[in-house]
Amino acid sequence: MLYFSKLKIISVLIFTFLISFFTISNFVNTDNKFFKRNINLGLDLQGGSYLLLEIDNSPVVIQKLQNKLSSIKNFFKDKGLKPNNFKIIDNNKISFVVDEVSLDNILSLLNDKESEINPYFPRFKTHEFDVKETKVLSSINVTLQYSEYGLVLLKSASQEQAIEIVRRRVDEIGTNEPNILKRGNDRILVELPGLDNPDRIKNLLGRTANLTFRFVTQNEEESFGTERLSYEDGSEVIISKRIILSGDNLIDAQPRMDNQSNQTVVSFNLDRVGAKKFARATSSGVGKRLAIILDGKIISAPNIVEPILGGAGQITGDFTFQSATDLALLLRSGALPAPMNIIEERTVGPDLGQDSINAGILSLIIGFVLVVLFMIAKYKIFGAIANVTLITNLFLLIGVLSLFEATLTLPGIAGIILTVGMAVDANVLIYERIKEEIKSENNKILAFDSGYIKSKTTILDANITTLIAAMILFILGSGPVKGFALTLGVGILTTLFSVYYIARLLTALYVIKNKHKEKLI
Amino acid sequence: MENKNIPFNKFYKRFNILSLLLILISLILLIFKGLNYGVDFKGGTLIELRSLDKSLNISDLRKSFNNLNLGDVTVKKFGKENDYVIKFEKKQSIEENFIENIKIELTNDIGKIFEFRRVESVGPKVSSELLKSGIIAIALSLGAMLIYIWIRFEWQFSLGAISAVFHDVIITLGFFSLLNFEINLSIVAAVLTIVGYSMNDTVVIFDRVRENLKKYSDIKIYEITNISINETLSRTIITSITTLLALLSIFIFGGAILKGFSFAMILGVIVGTYSSIYIANPILVKLNVSQKTIIKEESE
Repeated sequence: MLYFSKLKIISVLIFTFLISFFTISNFVNTDNKFFKRNINLGLDLQGGSYLLLEIDNSPVVIQKLQNKLSSIKNFFKDKGLKPNNFKIIDNNKISFVVDEVSLDNILSLLNDKESEINPYFPRFKTHEFDVKETKVLSSINVTLQYSEYGLVLLKSASQEQAIEIVRRRVDEIGTNEPNILKRGNDRILVELPGLDNPDRIKNLLGRTANLTFRFVTQNEEESFGTERLSYEDGSEVIISKRIILSGDNLIDAQPRMDNQSNQTVVSFNLDRVGAKKFARATSSGVGKRLAIILDGKIISAPNIVEPILGGAGQITGDFTFQSATDLALLLRSGALPAPMNIIEERTVGPDLGQDSINAGILSLIIGFVLVVLFMIAKYKIFGAIANVTLITNLFLLIGVLSLFEATLTLPGIAGIILTVGMAVDANVLIYERIKEEIKSENNKILAFDSGYIKSKTTILDANITTLIAAMILFILGSGPVKGFALTLGVGILTTLFSVYYIARLLTALYVIKNKHKEKLI
Repeated sequence: MENKNIPFNKFYKRFNILSLLLILISLILLIFKGLNYGVDFKGGTLIELRSLDKSLNISDLRKSFNNLNLGDVTVKKFGKENDYVIKFEKKQSIEENFIENIKIELTNDIGKIFEFRRVESVGPKVSSELLKSGIIAIALSLGAMLIYIWIRFEWQFSLGAISAVFHDVIITLGFFSLLNFEINLSIVAAVLTIVGYSMNDTVVIFDRVRENLKKYSDIKIYEITNISINETLSRTIITSITTLLALLSIFIFGGAILKGFSFAMILGVIVGTYSSIYIANPILVKLNVSQKTIIKEESE
C-alpha cells in the first residue's frame, strides 16, 4: 500500500491541482470559459424569493366541460340521435338522458377506440372521459367525467400556458436570472435571486388578468345574459355577458399621462381582428357605456362618445402611475388560463444572506482550526499529514462543487464543516490500526502497509453508510437541505480520495525516509 | 488512552435498562406530547424581523402583532439583540397579500423602525407533503442501511446496528419533544446525518468484532465485544471529538438559523456513540454470536 509509481504520483497531483483550481476560480476573475466555473449561492445566502404557485384548475375544468357539452350535443345531432337534458353536475361531470333504444348506439360512439368525440389514448389504455350509465325509471342517465389521464392532459396544458405567462411577467419586471420551473402538473416554482421585496411580483403573479370589454345594460335587475358586477369601491352595475373584446386581442399596452385630464391611463393597441370588432361595437354603441372588466371587477365604464376606428384606445380609471404600469404589464403579458395561489413562500433579505455567509465562513474557519490543532496535538507529524489532507480535501470539495456549478446553501456550509470534522475519521482509523500493527511487527514499513490494508473495509463500510443517508436526502430533500446533502455526499467522496491518495502518498514518503526512527507514530 | 481495558461489558445490563427506560419515556412523550412542528411541517407564516430602534421592545411588538388579527401569534427573540421571530398560523394567499399589509399596518403602528429579514409562509398542502417526504426520507434511509448492513454482515449484526440506530432516532426525537424543540426541514437532515453517523460508528466496532471472532475461537462473544470496543475506543473518542468540535463551532458561530440543526446533531453524535457501544454490542451477546456464525456464512 505504500508503493506509488511515478506515474501515479504525477497523475494524483495533476488531478488534485486541476480540481483545486476550480476552487480558486471562485475568487479570481478569468476570461477562460472552461475555468470560469463558480459555485452558485442559494437563495438563503444571496437573498431572494422562492415562490411555489399552484394553479387552480377548477374553472378550466368547467370551461372545458361547457365546450365539450355543446360539441357532444352537436355531434349526436349530426348522427340523428337526440339525447336530452344536458347539464353539468357537481362541477365535474356532463350528464344527459338517453332512451333505451339509442343507448347502445350512443355508448358505442363514446366508448369506441376510434371515437371522435371521446379520444382514446392507447398508451394509457384510457379515454379522455370515463362514461358511466345508470338506469332511472324508463330512461338512462349517462355521465361523462374526466378520466385520470384526461385530467392530467388538461392540467399539463394549462400549466404549459401558465408558465409561459409567468415567464413573461417576471421578465417584464426585469429581475436578474429568475428560475422558473414546472413542479408536478399543476405547480410552478419561481426563484428570484436578489429580490429584496417580492410583494410587487406576488401581486402580479396572482392576477389572472382576464380583461373583457362589455356593455353596461340599462336593467335594474339581473336577467338572462347579464350579471351584476362591482367596481373596486363596491358599487354595482348590471353588465351584459356578451364579450365585445377580450385581452387576447391586445398587442400592446403602456401607461401614459393623459394631457387633457391630467390622469394616468393605460393606452392599448389592438390586433386586426380586435380593431375590427372594436370599431363595429363602438360605432353601433355610441352613447352607451362600455365597461372594462379585469378579473370580474369593473375598472371603469366610460361613455362611448364617438366610434373608435383606429384599433387603439385607452383605459381610464382610478390609477396611480404604479398601478397603471402594473396593469399595462399584465395586459402585455397576457391572461393566465386559471387563477394561481402561492402555496409556499420563502424570502430572505440580502443582508441576512450576507450575515449567514459570514457566520458560515467564521464557523468553518474556527471548526477547521480546532480540528487541525487537535490532530497535531494527538498525532504530531501524522496529524500534520492528516491536516494537509484535510486542506486538500476542502479544495477538492469546493472544486468539485464549482466544476458542476452546484448551489451552495447555508446548510450546505454546515455540511462542509461537518465534513471537516468527520473527514479525519478515516486517517484516525488508519493511524490507530498502524499503532496496533507496530506492536507485533518489527518491520515498520510492513506495519504501515498492513495498517492501511486492514482498515480499508472498515473505512469503506463506515463511509458508505453516511453516503447512503446523503443520497436519500439529496433525492427527497428540497432547497437548502438538498444543499446539505450535496456537500456531505461529495465531501465523503473527496475524503476517500484525499485519504487514499494524498495522505497515503505523504505517509509513504515520510515513513520510507524515517523507517529507522525508534517511535514513528 | 493506550492499552485500555475498560470492562464495558460489565455495564451492558445496567445501560440496557437505562436505554429501555429512555426509549419508553421518549415514546410516551412522542405519543402524548408530540413534537413541536415548525412552519415547514405545520403550515403558517414565520417572519424574522430586525428592529432598527433600540427602544422597541418585545411586548410592544407582541401588542402590535396581536392587533393585526392573525390568530395565534408568537413573538420571540432570535439570535442577536433586536432580532425577533414572529410566527402565526395564517398562510400566504395571493389575494390577501397579507405580508405587504402587515408591513403597512406595522409601520402605521410603530413607525418605520423595522425590516423583514426573512419570510417563510407554507400552505397546509405543502406542509403535509413536506412532512410526508421527511418521514419517507428517514424510513427509506433506515431501510437502505438495513439492506447494506445485511449484505455486508450476518443478520445478527444487522439487527444490532439497526436497533442502535432506532434507539438513537427515538431518543433524539424524545429529547426534542421534551425540550419542545422546533422541528423543521433541517432537523430531518440532522436526523438522517445522525442515522449515518451512528451506523458508521457501529460498523467500525462490528468490523473489529468479526475480525476478533475469527482470531480467537475460544473466547466468548461477551469478552470479544469488550476487546473490540477497547481496541477501537481511541478512534471512537477521537472521531467524536473532531466531529463535536466542528458541530460546536457551527452551534456557537454559525448564526441563529443553524442553531437547532447543529444542536440536534450534537445530541445525535453523543447518543450515537453511546449506542454503538451499549446497544449494538449487547445484542450480539444476546444473540449468542460465535465464530460459527461468521464462518457458516462465509462457507455458504
